[in-house]
Amino acid sequence: MSLYYVQKLLFQLNRDPLVRKRYEADLDGLLQEYELTPEERTAIRSPDIGLLYVMGVNGQLLMHYAALRGFEWDAYIAALREGERRYGPVRTGLYVRARTAGS
Amino acid sequence: MSLVFAGALSHAPGITGRAGRADPSLRASFYANLDRMRVALEAQRPDALVVIGAEHFANFFMNNMPSLCVGMADSYSGPIEEEGWLGIKRHKVPGAPELSQRLIVEMMQDVDLAYAQEWQFDHGIMVPLHFLTPQYELPVVPVNINCQGPPLIPLARCWAFGRALRRACDRAAERIAVVSTGGISHWPATPDSGKINEQWDREFLAKFLDNRRAELLAYTDEETHRDAGQGGFEIRTFVALAGCTEGSKAELWFYAPIPIFAVGCTVAVVRL
Repeated sequence: MSLYYVQKLLFQLNRDPLVRKRYEADLDGLLQEYELTPEERTAIRSPDIGLLYVMGVNGQLLMHYAALRGFEWDAYIAALREGERRYGPVRTGLYVRARTAGS
Repeated sequence: MSLVFAGALSHAPGITGRAGRADPSLRASFYANLDRMRVALEAQRPDALVVIGAEHFANFFMNNMPSLCVGMADSYSGPIEEEGWLGIKRHKVPGAPELSQRLIVEMMQDVDLAYAQEWQFDHGIMVPLHFLTPQYELPVVPVNINCQGPPLIPLARCWAFGRALRRACDRAAERIAVVSTGGISHWPATPDSGKINEQWDREFLAKFLDNRRAELLAYTDEETHRDAGQGGFEIRTFVALAGCTEGSKAELWFYAPIPIFAVGCTVAVVRL
């Protein structure tokens, strides 16, 4: 799992104008600097906001990446729901839904 | 002097960023109470404002995550978010570096702290400042409690931090105001954004208002996550304020779930 590095990339992208410039000029080169799986790389590039959510990316990072990629608030929420529908429940992290007894 | 004002308020980005989508009368009442808090704060003529917040990866990340961090910068800036997204313009906010350092040194007698001489505010501090210090003239001492990336500091340690802050304030010559800002139950930035467990919120607030230490410290993170969402971890900010104002009761000036703001919007002021 390289979820840590997915989140680190989004964290740096959100707060560092230089990383933002690199993101705009050379996304492939930037992605190579982080230890990411092919699935993670594709999800960031697409972007597949729903898949990133299901992977466990913290929404406090993800909502800003979605905004950067042009998702208005309602579209962002809809993308998360679509992610759960297409890829199943969140795999790890804070958003794993509490299991009911016996499940 | 010492502590001259203490209160708690919400900071959700929707409060300013999605203001136009809330029920107008609820929003007006919430904003009026935030303004009432500003007036009460100003009436105490504070020299500095300590803001106990819970930021969302603006400065602190899992590469080196402090449980507690206190700002010690000459000045701060924010919001880190897009101005249009948050509905707050970028500002430079004055710090109080010398006071910060004295508070930190004093608190370190009791609790382990990180400090930071560089800090960009996100909505977690900018939304409170937007309402409480709209001219951004009052020097600020920011405090962050990690409520985002577990493992999280235990509630009892938040209380101990608040108590240490009070002791440090009591030894300072300045007139110091403290506000804490966090959500109660909420599921921000998730498909459940807008869900609010009002009953849980009201039970928690009753304990907070009465400064019932044992009951406040009895919440487990497992229960909080189940009943109040991952956003509920921010009760740490309320607990720290309760520790800072141990023995004092607070008044609830406003509470109402406002779903488009994604939180039960709260304004409370401690009777010091």
